Parts: sequence; structure tokens; C-alpha cells
Amino acid sequence: MNISIQDEDFELAAELAALRASSAKVGALVSFVGLVRDFSGGEKIENIYLEHYPGMSEKALEKIIAEANARWRLLGVRVIHRVGMLLPNEQIVLVATASEHRGDAFAACEFIIDYLKTAAPFWKREQTSRGTAWLETKDSDVQRMERWHSEKS
Amino acid sequence: MKIKLLYFGRPREILNTSGETVDVPDGIATLAEMLAWLRIRGENWALELTDKRVRCAINQEVAALSDPIHEQDEIAVFSSISGG
Repeated sequence: MNISIQDEDFELAAELAALRASSAKVGALVSFVGLVRDFSGGEKIENIYLEHYPGMSEKALEKIIAEANARWRLLGVRVIHRVGMLLPNEQIVLVATASEHRGDAFAACEFIIDYLKTAAPFWKREQTSRGTAWLETKDSDVQRMERWHSEKS
Repeated sequence: MKIKLLYFGRPREILNTSGETVDVPDGIATLAEMLAWLRIRGENWALELTDKRVRCAINQEVAALSDPIHEQDEIAVFSSISGG
């Protein structure tokens, strides 16, 4: 399975090694790892809590990966999204792509994380000294996602 | 009409429920009408489930508030998504 939604942390090197081993045709591996920042609007973050919609989140990620496979020549994709309570500097999400050449791997990796941010049902709540707040979809994330509509590769 | 309701994100926390099965009265045919019916439940519901604030999915697909609802649908009610 190339999609995992889990409480546990992940090991980047092990995930890339698995993707590398999946085919001798792989000439390029690209990965993106999203981390918990320790600040938000000038406030220090104590922790974040992430939840998802079991069933729909896997389906949404499958759809995004299928779209990436339709746009680029990919040999493998791995997506891991963590849920539960996370502390600053912890890993939240991994998107890794494998292809024959780097162009496809770079583009597909960016496409998948941009779509994940705006189309996959995950929710994030930040805890600062002022209390907790559920985050909204950022306009900048929507704009990044919308670029892919005009930029058909 | 019986439907399964699920709550995620802010509404789940504020309304203190992650899901329920409800029997929607006759005459309620869309998500927007269902939300209006839920808002009658009390102040938290009225404040949290406004058309502007809330997002919905029907049977695990993102839906517009004007979309029709049907018997046995799984309807999710949630705040703006923020993963990654």
C-alpha cells in the first residue's frame, strides 16, 4: 500500500530505500517532508493535534496519486500522513516520488503535496499559550493548488 | 429519512460529538436545509453550523450545500480542511 495514515513516526531513509528497491528503472527519487513549526503568527506552538476522516482521506489521497500518475511518468509514490498529537519539529507528512528522470519526480511530488493540503480531509488544531485554534485552509495553499489547473504539463 | 452524520475538526470539538444517526423530518431535501434543521438544536449549533463556516461531504465526496441528501447517506460536517 502506498498510502499510510498513522500515529507513528516514519523513517525517511527506509521509505526511500523501499521506493528505490521497487524498480531498477528508478533514476530519480524526490521527497517532501512537512514538519511542525514552533511558531504561528508570533505565538509559540506547544503542540498540534491532527485528525482525519477515515475512509475518505485514503480515497482522496488515492485520487490525487492517480491524477499525478496520469500527468507524469512515475515508477512509484509513497504518502504517509501522521495524525494525533505532535510536537514542534516532529514530522507530519511524507510525499515521495520515483521516476526515470528528475523532472517527473519533482513535479509530481509538488503536485501531490499541493493537492493534499487543499483536497484531503485532515484537520489541524494548534495549541499555544493563548489556547487552541483549528486552522483554516490557507489562501496561499489554494493558490498553489490552482496553479496546477492552468499549468497542465 | 435516516442518515448517518459524522463530525470532524472544529464542529466535532465544539458540538462534542463525532457522529450520530438522525431521522431527518420530511421536507428537508438538501444539505443546506439539513444544516438549518440542526441549527435549531441550540446556540453552539447555530453558531458553528453556518453555511459560511461549515463544509460537507456526502458518502465521502465533497458536496455543495445545495446538493440533495438521501436515505442512508453518510454525511460529514466539518470545518475548513488543514492537513499536510
